[in-house]
Amino acid sequence: MATTVRETTAETLTIGGHTFASRLLVGTGKYTNNETMVRAIEASGANVVTVAVRRVDLDRSKDESILHHLSPERLFLLANTAGCYTGDEATRYARLAREAGFNEFVKLEVIGDKETLMPDVIGLLDAARTLVAEGFQVMAYTNDDIVTALRLEDLGCAAVMPLASPIGSGLGLLNPHHIRTIKHRLSVPVIVDAGVGTASDACVTMEQGVDGVLMNTAIAEARDPVAMARAMNLAVRSGRLAHLAGRMPRREIAVPSSPESGVLDT
Amino acid sequence: MSTRTDKIEITLNGAPRRFESGLSLESLLKRLDLDARTVVVEHNRTIVRPPALGDTEVQDGDTVELVHFVGGG
Repeated sequence: MATTVRETTAETLTIGGHTFASRLLVGTGKYTNNETMVRAIEASGANVVTVAVRRVDLDRSKDESILHHLSPERLFLLANTAGCYTGDEATRYARLAREAGFNEFVKLEVIGDKETLMPDVIGLLDAARTLVAEGFQVMAYTNDDIVTALRLEDLGCAAVMPLASPIGSGLGLLNPHHIRTIKHRLSVPVIVDAGVGTASDACVTMEQGVDGVLMNTAIAEARDPVAMARAMNLAVRSGRLAHLAGRMPRREIAVPSSPESGVLDT
Repeated sequence: MSTRTDKIEITLNGAPRRFESGLSLESLLKRLDLDARTVVVEHNRTIVRPPALGDTEVQDGDTVELVHFVGGG
């Protein structure tokens, strides 16, 4: 049995030809300071970290790029297009990110509604088509709709990233059935992105059989982000192992665990 | 020669800024104390790569965006 466990924990995640040891991907936003962020990323064991593209703040004389705190030799930097509301805007950000970054990968986000931050799937599909044609490895943040997920795969996205629940909500996995459906139907990696609130959410998400989980707020806004990052590392691995182990069936009736024979006479 | 001392006005990261004419993008970054290795320059909606920054002169009315990576999810 020990051999089986070793084999399963040694498995890796491959996206667009890049192989990563960890199935946990983390964001770099919302931390109170860079030192906590660096320690939390370390504790999470994540190999892929997301960053955003923004204007340099010209009024603050020493506004540092986050690259001063993240080592591109040790971490795979995944630029996002967060904050974009049209496909054109997202493609512009993606091109800027490619110039600033170190790889062809982009986490494509096209937001359709300010209040819920739900994706604009029409803008998303347009932008994905354009960026794939330009040679990007597109990891598309989307809702948990199977039809959109299939379209994104057809367009050539490197990964499809359905949400667990709205960005920054911490509501956890609201529709496990939709996520399982997407995982069953797609061939490209499925990374659940957004909505995880605590370790049990990450574990349940991985138990659905998805290839990975991406989170930011759940770690950054925890009272102790470094401890939560460690908890997420364990939860993702635990959920993955549970998925591979294969859970027992759900039953509507009780079945005793101890033998019913050999009981003493009353 | 008179144009060399003229001022130009550009839109820099969304705000109007005045500089002397004849300024290259490379000089602009130096003036702002920015490192071309961590900043991406978009000049009139076109990305200008570091090797071309010295050869690209900023003209009156141009739009320049200077972006970099920040924390994000």
